[in-house]
Amino acid sequence: MFLETILIAMCEIRRNVMRSSLTILGIVIGVASVITMVTVGDGATKQVAYEISSLGTNLIDIHPGQSFRGSGGTRSGAPMFKITDAEAIARDISGLAGVAPVTGRGTQAIRGNDNWATIITGSTNDYLKVRNWTLASGRQFTDGELRAGAAVCIIGATIRKQLFGEQDPVGYTIRLEKISCQVVGVFKAKGQSGFGTDQDDFVLMPLRTVQRRIVGKSDISSIAVSAQDGVSTEKVKADIERLLRERRKTGKNEEEDFHVRDMQEIVKTLTGTTRLLTTLLGAVAAVSLLVGGIGIMNIMLVSVTERTREIGIRLAIGAMEKQVLMQFLIEAVVLSCFGGLIGIILGIAAAAAGASALKVPLILNIGIIVIAFVFSAAVGVVFGYFPARKAALLDPIEALRHE
Amino acid sequence: MITPASGTGNMSPVLELNGVTRIYGTGTAAVSALQGIDLRIDHGDFVAVMGPSGSGKSTCMNILGCLDTPSSGIYRFKGVEVGKLSRDQRALLRRHYLGFVFQGFNLLNRTSALENVELPLIYRGTPAAERREMARKALAAVGLNGWETHTPAELSGGQQQRVAIARAIVASPEVLFADEPTGNLDSARSREIMELMTDFNRDRGITIVMVTHDSDMASYARRIVRFMDGIIDKEEQNGGANNVS
Repeated sequence: MFLETILIAMCEIRRNVMRSSLTILGIVIGVASVITMVTVGDGATKQVAYEISSLGTNLIDIHPGQSFRGSGGTRSGAPMFKITDAEAIARDISGLAGVAPVTGRGTQAIRGNDNWATIITGSTNDYLKVRNWTLASGRQFTDGELRAGAAVCIIGATIRKQLFGEQDPVGYTIRLEKISCQVVGVFKAKGQSGFGTDQDDFVLMPLRTVQRRIVGKSDISSIAVSAQDGVSTEKVKADIERLLRERRKTGKNEEEDFHVRDMQEIVKTLTGTTRLLTTLLGAVAAVSLLVGGIGIMNIMLVSVTERTREIGIRLAIGAMEKQVLMQFLIEAVVLSCFGGLIGIILGIAAAAAGASALKVPLILNIGIIVIAFVFSAAVGVVFGYFPARKAALLDPIEALRHE
Repeated sequence: MITPASGTGNMSPVLELNGVTRIYGTGTAAVSALQGIDLRIDHGDFVAVMGPSGSGKSTCMNILGCLDTPSSGIYRFKGVEVGKLSRDQRALLRRHYLGFVFQGFNLLNRTSALENVELPLIYRGTPAAERREMARKALAAVGLNGWETHTPAELSGGQQQRVAIARAIVASPEVLFADEPTGNLDSARSREIMELMTDFNRDRGITIVMVTHDSDMASYARRIVRFMDGIIDKEEQNGGANNVS
């Protein structure tokens, strides 16, 4: 009998193709948008994680202050690091590939009539190793330049393009703040980072040059460290924390006034953000799924009124209340499931298109597809029940008289 | 499930009304459509119910057809008191023992003749192949061989009513209720329909209760019951044109 009821419902849907397709449009759009949003969002999350790890998976960043506040963010009151801190880390911690003390500030880079707002980073040659930078042309700093704080710089690809065009800038000078600075090298371009900033827009100068002639302070704002391959970043992190607690005389029960974070943590923080955005977008799309459900209820109610006489015939012929109820309920559920299926197909197609347009990987989340489908079926049950009940409770005599 | 006493051969009461009244509405707005009806219809009978509009004949039909229940009095269908049954139990009675033909045909639109005739069998749970076969036979019995795939919109009024009759008799009901079955048809078509019904009454022993305005149509019946103002005014035996045709 249950099978027969499904059969009746299917026949009814087939007989009203136009009405049926309009009914499911809302569900189709709802399911498709949920799947598109979540799939593209997942892809973006993966992309961010991938791009961060391209910075170097063994990277460990040490900042003054207590928690993650973006690069260079410091808690007011926490003392900055000194160059001796970086030297101590390099000396006392084993298993490190490089230790780069970093300081910097934003400024204008000027050449002739061109100028370009950029960031000056002061560090050592270790910076290249730690941050995975390679040179497109020129050379690294010499020991002499580093010791003396010479006015030399290595420039990023963006600055080269802005100030030199296609020309090779090595050997030329640019003006940074009040000093005239000789370009000794150019970095190979890395492109945009996962969070939309231009990684190539910076100038690297010897640490001492920046400290003395640009910032005018001997502080360093962070220390970038990279562990050797095969060395556990967890262990290195713990060693650095122990060393710095000692050097900064942090009490046993006191919380440290610096923060050591490895790539895993940065990945977690940033992918957390994109994941939150994905959830939000998915939630908005889910609302449209709900609206789609109301659409089904609306059409089903109209359909019950329109088919009052049919219901009367069925009741007179011997259909029981629950059979009429089931017929309309199954009709609603079959419709919404069908809508769900079409929505899934459209959603995957749209997600594939979106992923290739945004250049993020296409990652199909089976979980969300199943949830969207189950939810669309549930929408059918919930919003189909009221019209179905209305149909089942009709008086056959009245229903047969209905015009 | 209700199991009425099985028919004990010919001329046993199938339908029996005892002091049946039907009152619509309550209080001062109450309208009394039936004011105490006594009627007994035996197995194999063919009864025409006549009377002017508002005389209560349709109300009486609805009660006899188990679509409605009496306000007071007792209606027994094959010995079962219908007034005490639930809505669903009455639906089961209709499903297994009754067939209906309406004035407006009441076929499902956009549905083939065959599928329309299959409908009562679907609710009976008849297997698909058997169902199809029975529906085909029923359509053949009303002379609609070759019209199985046509929808009501593609059929004439007379043909639609034949489909409706096929649907009513496909499950071999005990009683066939026909509410003005020829009301929408011309006289030639009407006679064809009446002859069909007479055949089913005579050949298959299906008890028929028919409401009609038209005394020509009533003349096909074995018995005529005349309603007036909510009571039975007159009952008369009919030599029956059915014996002639």
